Amino acid sequence: MTMETTTTQRTMDRLLFGDNQFFGVNHMSEEKARAQQMRFQDTDAIMRVLDDAYDAGVHTFMCTTHDRIAEIADRVRANPDRYADMKFFPCMPYAHKYANAVTEDGFLGAIRKFLPEEGLLDSIARGTSSLARKDIEGVTTLLIDAELKMFAGLSTPVIWLQNVVVDLLSGLGFTDAFRIFADHVRKRYNAEPGFITMNLPRVLDDLDRAGVENPIVCSNINKIGFRMSGGVDGYLEAMEKRPFRAVAMSVFASGAIPPREAIEWVCGLPNLESIVFGASSKANIQSTVSLVDEYWPER
Amino acid sequence: MIDVAVVGLGKMGLSHLSMIKAHPDVNLVGVCDATGYLLDILAKYTGVKTYKDLGRMLDEAKPQAVIIATPTHLHAGMIRDALQRGIHVFCEKPLVIDPQDGVELSELAAERGLVTQVGYHNRFVGAFREVKRLLDLGAIGTVGTALAEAYGPVVLKPSGRTWRSQRATGGGCLYDYAAHPLNLLTWYLGSPEAVSGSQLTSIFSTQIDDAVASTLHYPDASAQIISNWSDESQRKMTTKITLWGTHGRIYADRQEIQVYLRDTAPLPEGYKVGWNVRYTTELTDAPWFYLRGEEYSAQLDAFIRRIEAGQTEGLNDFASAAATDRVIAMIGEDAAREESRLTVQSASGTVESAPRGRFSAALSALRGGK
Repeated sequence: MTMETTTTQRTMDRLLFGDNQFFGVNHMSEEKARAQQMRFQDTDAIMRVLDDAYDAGVHTFMCTTHDRIAEIADRVRANPDRYADMKFFPCMPYAHKYANAVTEDGFLGAIRKFLPEEGLLDSIARGTSSLARKDIEGVTTLLIDAELKMFAGLSTPVIWLQNVVVDLLSGLGFTDAFRIFADHVRKRYNAEPGFITMNLPRVLDDLDRAGVENPIVCSNINKIGFRMSGGVDGYLEAMEKRPFRAVAMSVFASGAIPPREAIEWVCGLPNLESIVFGASSKANIQSTVSLVDEYWPER
Repeated sequence: MIDVAVVGLGKMGLSHLSMIKAHPDVNLVGVCDATGYLLDILAKYTGVKTYKDLGRMLDEAKPQAVIIATPTHLHAGMIRDALQRGIHVFCEKPLVIDPQDGVELSELAAERGLVTQVGYHNRFVGAFREVKRLLDLGAIGTVGTALAEAYGPVVLKPSGRTWRSQRATGGGCLYDYAAHPLNLLTWYLGSPEAVSGSQLTSIFSTQIDDAVASTLHYPDASAQIISNWSDESQRKMTTKITLWGTHGRIYADRQEIQVYLRDTAPLPEGYKVGWNVRYTTELTDAPWFYLRGEEYSAQLDAFIRRIEAGQTEGLNDFASAAATDRVIAMIGEDAAREESRLTVQSASGTVESAPRGRFSAALSALRGGK
């Protein structure tokens, strides 16, 4: 496909497999979320679905840094032949554990809690002096390293900053943090930084200001405008005109849009690079793959 | 443009700060917190003007409105400081610890013509708003029975050094968690005339309650409240409401509303006899800025719009929050009244001694007997 952006990076897979369904995240029904939580409390059940996705040609797993993902990572590491093309796109931080820690230990206490315990002298120095100087760079990079430890030895070509953090920082006007994240992820992991947001047009402005060029940005993009703050028109205009690599999530709007209609619409958008989707069954994975084959043949 | 200041930089304060700073009609003039660390980081990286003293911030930054997100026991004093200076107030829930303070502050705000609002965000959730709309339309008739619930993973081990672990500072499941479903009940059914059977249970905590149960009594209805913040089977907080009326039943949580209507129900437009389900995707509009749920954005937007319109009465104003505080206080008091319970010893309807106890009399009255 042709991208009218200045990117020189390799493109991402057209379909990325998400992990919401494994951890009881469902934006439509709490009952359904609970049923999924029950079904997937056994890691074998998650692996079976991941295998189905992998065998259907979906080789990228876009996942949180939930403790359970560490088990998945272990299994993939243990079977390098089976998962030769497997890529992880980790999304960090796993916000809930921090939110609960802030409630319990306060802001500083929460940060200390998640800094590596048996870290190298270097990281201790990085953390302590950074805390004292009120310079967030050291602490931030340490937290990133702590979150990504579970993926050691695996392919992580894109590393995402979660939407709650991206949008919190955007609202605060704390855009330096985006540059710190991007620099660290590029330098230390040779990966592309990605940003997930519920406020696409606004965050593109922030990334411009922070000097993060041609960023990978993932946001809700769906026909009914569900959780597209800034309005559908603002999103479409951004995709048409702005230099960034767009990833669409929530294309089915949690099931509110029939699959064919949803995929047909999103595949018709300009400059879309990838779609993240979640599914719990082989049939649903295959259905999404074949719809994308049909409506996005050039990818 | 409205000049706004924020006091308190905990989880709620930080997220309010982010949302309000992004509001197109707001100019952020100051941020105040007791701990300097976070303030210094914010000042360094975002250029916001910071204060460690609220009075100084109110006098120097001269905000038209202030958002208060400090521990509950500090609310009353801070609200008074702001109102006396003619500043509109948005305050986190619950409003105050002593319900009398709530009444007085509400009167003070009314006297000064100031806009007040409390962060009971559930009233801005699409599904819960739809419940209110359906009740107002009389869709399920007269409500006779209700169940309000809130569960989530907050206190999961015996520890606690923060204000949330002390009753006097506004900690406990009753203040922190049960307040939400109680606030929905007072919205839907009004203020109860009595509460009974209240039970505050500690699971991990030593000084506060981790679970709450109570019954609220209304002239024609009763409502049960159950809340537990030591429930890690829930990924995050869930609040649910179920109402049974003469024409049907409504269930709602943050994501969806399920309505069952009898064939006697006056059908609202778009509803039919039997089951009706509406999801958040169709009940919610995208706000100007999304951080952690449309309702959090929507409530701040409503506050700003009320200030712009000079609308002193509105959703979640101090008067309505004071009604919730009152119920919270009643449940706390009722839970301590052990003697009010009917025990096995005091019951008259035991098999051997009483041929006809109160229970069988009540049953027989229901059947139309004497």
